[in-house]
Amino acid sequence: MESAKTDKIFEILTRSLGSLVLATAMGGFITLTILSWPSIKAFGPSFLWSTRWDPVQGQFGALPFIVGTLATSFLALFISTPFSLGTSLFLAEYSPPKIGNAVAFLVELLAAIPSVIYGLWGIFFLVPLVRKMEMAFNLPPYGVGGFTASLILAIMILPYATSVIREVISLVPQELREGAYALGATRWEVMRYVVLPYARSGILAGTVLALGRALGETMAITMVIGNRNELLRSIFEPTNTMASVIANEFTEATSSVYLSSLVEIGLVLFVITLVVNILARMVTERLKMEKGE
Amino acid sequence: MKEAPMEEILKTQDLKAYFEELEILKGINLSIPKNRVTAIMGPSGCGKTTLLRCFNRMHEETPGAHTKGKIFLEGKDILSMNPILVRKMVGMVFQKPNPFPTMSIYENVLAGYRLNGIKLRKEEAQGIVEESLKKAVLWDEVKDFLHRRGTFLSGGQQQRLCIARALAVNPKLLLMDEPTSALDPKATRRVEELVTELKEAVTIVIVTHNTSQAGRVADYTAFLYLGELIEFGPTEELFTAPKDPRTEEYLTGKFG
Repeated sequence: MESAKTDKIFEILTRSLGSLVLATAMGGFITLTILSWPSIKAFGPSFLWSTRWDPVQGQFGALPFIVGTLATSFLALFISTPFSLGTSLFLAEYSPPKIGNAVAFLVELLAAIPSVIYGLWGIFFLVPLVRKMEMAFNLPPYGVGGFTASLILAIMILPYATSVIREVISLVPQELREGAYALGATRWEVMRYVVLPYARSGILAGTVLALGRALGETMAITMVIGNRNELLRSIFEPTNTMASVIANEFTEATSSVYLSSLVEIGLVLFVITLVVNILARMVTERLKMEKGE
Repeated sequence: MKEAPMEEILKTQDLKAYFEELEILKGINLSIPKNRVTAIMGPSGCGKTTLLRCFNRMHEETPGAHTKGKIFLEGKDILSMNPILVRKMVGMVFQKPNPFPTMSIYENVLAGYRLNGIKLRKEEAQGIVEESLKKAVLWDEVKDFLHRRGTFLSGGQQQRLCIARALAVNPKLLLMDEPTSALDPKATRRVEELVTELKEAVTIVIVTHNTSQAGRVADYTAFLYLGELIEFGPTEELFTAPKDPRTEEYLTGKFG
């Protein structure tokens, strides 16, 4: 009787804690919506495709930032994925366990470096480097801009993708590898035809986790992207992402519609991140079903 | 007793196998007769699986493992060959059925070609699939869904699919590492029947800890104990008149 009671109490406790987490997420969404209301009322859906961001005239459109975010994030993912995939394959298949663990630790350490440090390193190392490169290619030598931001992002998301991918590769059953080796496959062939297809859904999940990180990254990006509120025409131009424009202009938003527009950008970022994650979950589930799990 | 002259396909010479410092096989001299079924039996930990895994150089895949001595396959020392070439001649079936879950039944049978980058014409591929599945007595059960994944098959069917996969590349030698230990009695019997049928086409070495299985399927039997080859001979002889007292003790269930 006594234990049944404690059980009931415990159930109520865990249930309320669980609901609290959900409520917090919902609450965030609701708050954002309420605070963006002046901007939603003023600009309607055209906020999403207007390229004009003019605090003086009180005209706001989010397209430059949506494009800036998506362009830098996907470019970062494109740059970073070969490295994360290569590193995880090396760690899981080639390296002796001792070296593997040491390298894995160092890679994971990349995730522990504060974003602002990446920003500083970007300003003092990457920006001059990119500027030199731009001069060599006869481009306007900004140094800062979408490309520099993508490079920083690529490094920052590397540990997230790598640790997930390494984990899923190490979960590929040993007997499948042995089966392939016993048929005369080389290490590369085992990876190409057995390990990678088996780990496909997990690799995708790791990549999307990294994309989620890239979409929301703020500090380092704000420091190297150039903070120009214009639609990106070339990846080498200075621009802004959704996160960086909020961080950069929040303190100077004087009118209520200005502030509200920044919050609405936050709302859009929230929705995009959510949609990316839901899509990824759906694809992962489908791949798992194909594998017959 | 003088045996009928037999043609040997594989021969080991003072074969020693190690994990780190631990000596698992202590100098094995063994000849495997061609187109016969040879069973390697012995209690757990006697080194029988290690011996089998030396025959296709899989033993060395384990970190810290190495071998000494010589193994001749049709006269060529496979320990000085590229292991990948050895494994193309020596097929293996494992304890637990391990069809590739990301491939269809059809692709599984052809995995030995695909994994080695060999392109086949469609008719050729279909011929190999049908022939291999027929050899493994699985064709009738799966011919209507060759392009579905093999994961819905029963354990016994999966194991026969693995046998078909190994046979598809025409190995000289087929190694089977306790192939029925994960199967129910009915599936076990089917695999055993298959083993006796296959010896016309391929030499089979089967590891078993089950003496009655050795008695049912093997023409020759080797008894391994603590890393040493205690006795080797025609199964009937070894079972009815063991020369070594340890063989007799094992067969009568005194240890193991």
